[in-house]
Amino acid sequence: MSEAIDYKVIGTRPIRPDGVDKVTGRAQFGADLNLPNMLYGRVLRSPHAHARLTRVDVSKALEMEGVYAAISRADFPENPSDLGKNIMARDKVLYHGHAVAAVAAKSLICAEAALALIETSYEVLSPVLSLDEAMADDATLLDDECFTKNLPETPDKPSNIAAVMTLSRGDVEEGFEQADVIVEGDYNIPMAHQGYIEPHACIANINESGQGSVWTCTQGHFEFRALTAKVLGMNVADLKFIASEIGGGFGGKTTIYLEPLAVLLSQQARRPVKMMMTREEVFRASGPAAGTHCKIKVGARNDGTITAAKAWLAYEAGAFAGAPMGPGAMAVFAPYDLENFHVEAFDVLVNKPKVAAYRAPGAPQSMHAMESALDELARKLDMDPLDLRMKNAASEGTQAPYGPKFPAIGLKECLEAAKVHPNYTSPVPEGAGRGVAVGFWFNVGMQSSAEVHINENGTVTIIEGNPDIGGSRASMCLMAAETLGVPYEQIRAVVGDTESTGFSNVTGGSRTTFATGMAVIQACEDIIGQCKSRAAATWGVDEDQVEWEDGQAIPSPGVNADVKPLTLADIAGNAAKTGGPLLGRASLNAQGAGASFSVNMTDLKVDRETGKVDVLSFTAIQDAGTAIHPAYVEGQMQGGAAQGLGWALNEEYIYDKDGVLENAGFLDYRIPVASDLPMIDTQIIEVPNPRHPYGVRGVGETPIVAPLAAAANAIRDATGVRINDLPLSPPNILAQLDNA
Amino acid sequence: MGAFAYVAPSSVAEALAVLDEHASLGKRAQVLAGGTDVLVQMRTVDTQPRTLVDIKGVAETNRVDIGATETFIGAAIPSAVLNDNAELKALFPGVIESADLIGSTQIQGRASIGGNLCNSSPAGDTIPALIASSGVCVIAARGGNREVPVEDFVSGVGTNVLEPNEFLIGIKFPNPAPGTADAYLRFIPRTEMDIAVVGAGVSVTIDENGTCTAARVAIGAVAPTVLLVTRASDALVGTQLDDTALEAAGVACTEAASPISDKRGTVEYRRKVVAVLCRRATAIARDRAKLRVRTKVR
Amino acid sequence: MSKVQITSSINGESVEFLCEPQQSLMEILREELGRMGTKEGCATGDCGACSVLVDSRLVCSCLILAVEAEGKEITTIEGIAGEDGLHPIQQQFLEHAALQCGICTPGFIVATKALLDRNPDPDEETIRYWLAGNLCRCTGYDKIIRAVQGAAKELAHQA
Repeated sequence: MSEAIDYKVIGTRPIRPDGVDKVTGRAQFGADLNLPNMLYGRVLRSPHAHARLTRVDVSKALEMEGVYAAISRADFPENPSDLGKNIMARDKVLYHGHAVAAVAAKSLICAEAALALIETSYEVLSPVLSLDEAMADDATLLDDECFTKNLPETPDKPSNIAAVMTLSRGDVEEGFEQADVIVEGDYNIPMAHQGYIEPHACIANINESGQGSVWTCTQGHFEFRALTAKVLGMNVADLKFIASEIGGGFGGKTTIYLEPLAVLLSQQARRPVKMMMTREEVFRASGPAAGTHCKIKVGARNDGTITAAKAWLAYEAGAFAGAPMGPGAMAVFAPYDLENFHVEAFDVLVNKPKVAAYRAPGAPQSMHAMESALDELARKLDMDPLDLRMKNAASEGTQAPYGPKFPAIGLKECLEAAKVHPNYTSPVPEGAGRGVAVGFWFNVGMQSSAEVHINENGTVTIIEGNPDIGGSRASMCLMAAETLGVPYEQIRAVVGDTESTGFSNVTGGSRTTFATGMAVIQACEDIIGQCKSRAAATWGVDEDQVEWEDGQAIPSPGVNADVKPLTLADIAGNAAKTGGPLLGRASLNAQGAGASFSVNMTDLKVDRETGKVDVLSFTAIQDAGTAIHPAYVEGQMQGGAAQGLGWALNEEYIYDKDGVLENAGFLDYRIPVASDLPMIDTQIIEVPNPRHPYGVRGVGETPIVAPLAAAANAIRDATGVRINDLPLSPPNILAQLDNA
Repeated sequence: MGAFAYVAPSSVAEALAVLDEHASLGKRAQVLAGGTDVLVQMRTVDTQPRTLVDIKGVAETNRVDIGATETFIGAAIPSAVLNDNAELKALFPGVIESADLIGSTQIQGRASIGGNLCNSSPAGDTIPALIASSGVCVIAARGGNREVPVEDFVSGVGTNVLEPNEFLIGIKFPNPAPGTADAYLRFIPRTEMDIAVVGAGVSVTIDENGTCTAARVAIGAVAPTVLLVTRASDALVGTQLDDTALEAAGVACTEAASPISDKRGTVEYRRKVVAVLCRRATAIARDRAKLRVRTKVR
Repeated sequence: MSKVQITSSINGESVEFLCEPQQSLMEILREELGRMGTKEGCATGDCGACSVLVDSRLVCSCLILAVEAEGKEITTIEGIAGEDGLHPIQQQFLEHAALQCGICTPGFIVATKALLDRNPDPDEETIRYWLAGNLCRCTGYDKIIRAVQGAAKELAHQA
């Protein structure tokens, strides 16, 4: 392990700068703004999962008193992209809840009443609701012009398989021949939802010439602006997007739903239009995580060395192409140093909502399969499951299955920590079972911008472009405090709108603390450079004779300058005389995001008469690189654990035979409640990322990956029965126990 | 399209007059107590306008009356208030437990036994417990109150015997005889916040020898209405409420059940688990009853 | 449609408003009275983000009609902090990093206030069951439970 660096403020746990507004109800989330003269928009949604939309006529709604605008497909540009078709149905509706029209009216009650006046006709088609159905040769097609991509030859007939990908190394068949033990498994996971507590909401205020602003809860307002402009054929520069506070996203707020509707309605009505999804709409018509069918085959020698591994991974894309089969395929074997592997993945259309990112998109499903298979392998080999993983673990220099060689990574450190963790060395409680699993996420860099303003009294304002979902303002302030050498309390971070700071990609991919943090650090370094030059000018020495230490400019050792150090406040106070205000800037496309690995373990107890599972303990161990604000790193680990356990145990999209989602609410889409969970133990491992100034890796996504298999493995341990399909709900468990 | 209206009568007579007027004009009225079902349905499955008749201001619906032989619980009392009533909890632990299981703390602040019963869901938590404890509905009607045993109140999924110009004032119970106690258990996938997948309410009476002399077993969420399973009671009466007897009562419940498969559970699951809950609830009721053989609860 | 005039006390202040009979207290608090601290997560009583106290009892403001608020005393998140600053519950939520996105936080704080008002020393299980109607999707509840425990301790210390 690398030596710990002695930071001054990084690694401390100060109160977040946006905290007081969030505990007093002041913080403004997506639905928390009202504008003068505002209207309310509502969406009419398809009652069919698959149908030709033969007619949609909004004219009667428009005639209703109190209705100021009504739109449907006729109001959108021609030749829409898939995104455009998802925002507003064109020739076909492809899932129950697909938008077919929208109105803006003086009140919600009025808007709701107006929806009933919109006239529609449908020619109902049979819905395609499972991967098996969708991939069958004679399947009903969602899109007659969908020809499978990435095949060696373009197929001559359309299919529901939008794309395939393969990934391989070595010779798997030969690898399996070398194996002493082989395990195979077939795993199904239904669609699941991010379950953010804040429904999508926005307000658009657009003038007659198509200029205006959109206030919205988003993981990335720059990308929302780009997508909205594209769907509507508008000029990006005419639109200002303001990110409200965001009440959770987990990937689900990386794409648009309401924004183009609100913009069009506002433009037509010439008044501000507020739109809020109901919880039911969120479940039916936002972007859940892909349902999957995964098959895994793994072979190993008696000493535990994996000789070959094979994965077949099918992902439900929903109504339009774009399931996360790529990351799922690249992640499935990522923790292991394998000579021979072969992965085949499929992006498959079904009559369900178009999937969106959900925390480590694609990886929880494929890695649930692999980590479950490894658990069975360990049992067959009579080997400790952590030892089996350690035997094959990737480390610095291992060539990742997806191409590059890993730089320093922390998988082995996590496994070592797990092996000696009291929650692993202690006996399994009576009647319970223990499961372990490994998690992984790539993490990304991408584009970020930041500005650092030094106020006239030496305090600092950071302006950056990433919505703060889980404490990133605090992380930015900590990194700026460390770099500038000024106290954390003197720094404030602001999330700028699209007109007040440079482009930044979404808050997603676990990139914000890494990439935007890097931009903030560079902008602070820009400030330090300017301060040194101001000090040099003040002192009449060369710039290279000035150093920056503990928040002040000092002469370099040996420089014969009999001067008093200049603090940031001194330099700021004198800025008018030395060249004007101090403004540091950085914009970058961050390279070198470091992969983050985790090991999770959990003790679960199963009521064999009812199939009910009690979570007795859960332990998350993860490599954070460097934990900038450890409390929020732990928070990511604990939150991901809870989401992963929810996915493992009770969460699922339940469809009826007509493709109607039966559990579109928090009553029957059962996310964990406080009494379902124990305290979630965390252990942060710090193997610094060599490509970040402070060693940061992303930490937000990895935590959701391992809990699925950890839970399945614990139930296997508790009951002696391997249950391959999630969720491990009481009816599923009881049925499997009875079958065994 | 009509409009919503809200009235809050302050007496039984006033409430009946409002209901009567609506009934005679063919206008829709709906009685509102805690509103935790009514408001949700109004917003989702049944958005048609109506007059909401809030009966929380009617004194009788908020009364708890523990008499020498009978106990009356007003229809509109929030579960949280019932749960704070130690005397009631001691008398009918199963009934209060069932009220305490309806939803979250927030829901408890509003939801009432009367509302749960009038919502008439097969999965209503209080209904099996009310039946097990021989609850009788006290219904306000023109010409005076009428009484209907709880097991005869619900007529189907979401329907009951109330006429449009009637409303439920409360439930009355015979006070438990010596050696009598009740219990209610339900199964949900999480620890809180779910609708019962299966429920079982049991009341047993035992004599000084530990022999069961009377029993009532009611099961929920396994048929269109909550069922009073007399064959389960028969399996218990005359026994020591030992494992064999409990097992037999469970089997009777499985046989009586005619559940459906839905988003909350399958037919097979419900049939199996109803036996488990019957057994477990009976064991709890038995253990409580043992403590009461020599002491009159009231 | 005829609106109804209602008078309530909100955070100690007498407030009059007009509402439709079918509108929820949550909708009126947010869209008419600008008390945006009360959040909408589901409008069906399943998430607790709209928790308020009505005559000191914890309820979901989405499941109470605005017309039912006549003559009632309502406490929202905006009424939790005192004249001397943040309430200890709010302070403990900050210190324990018991919020990530913050959308559920007002509901949790109002629910915690109701809990500690009636039970100043709840054990972990009591806290978890009391708060089971408040959904949080970010934290896994761990730090929230610790913040509630911290607040109980702090309040006991002050008493």
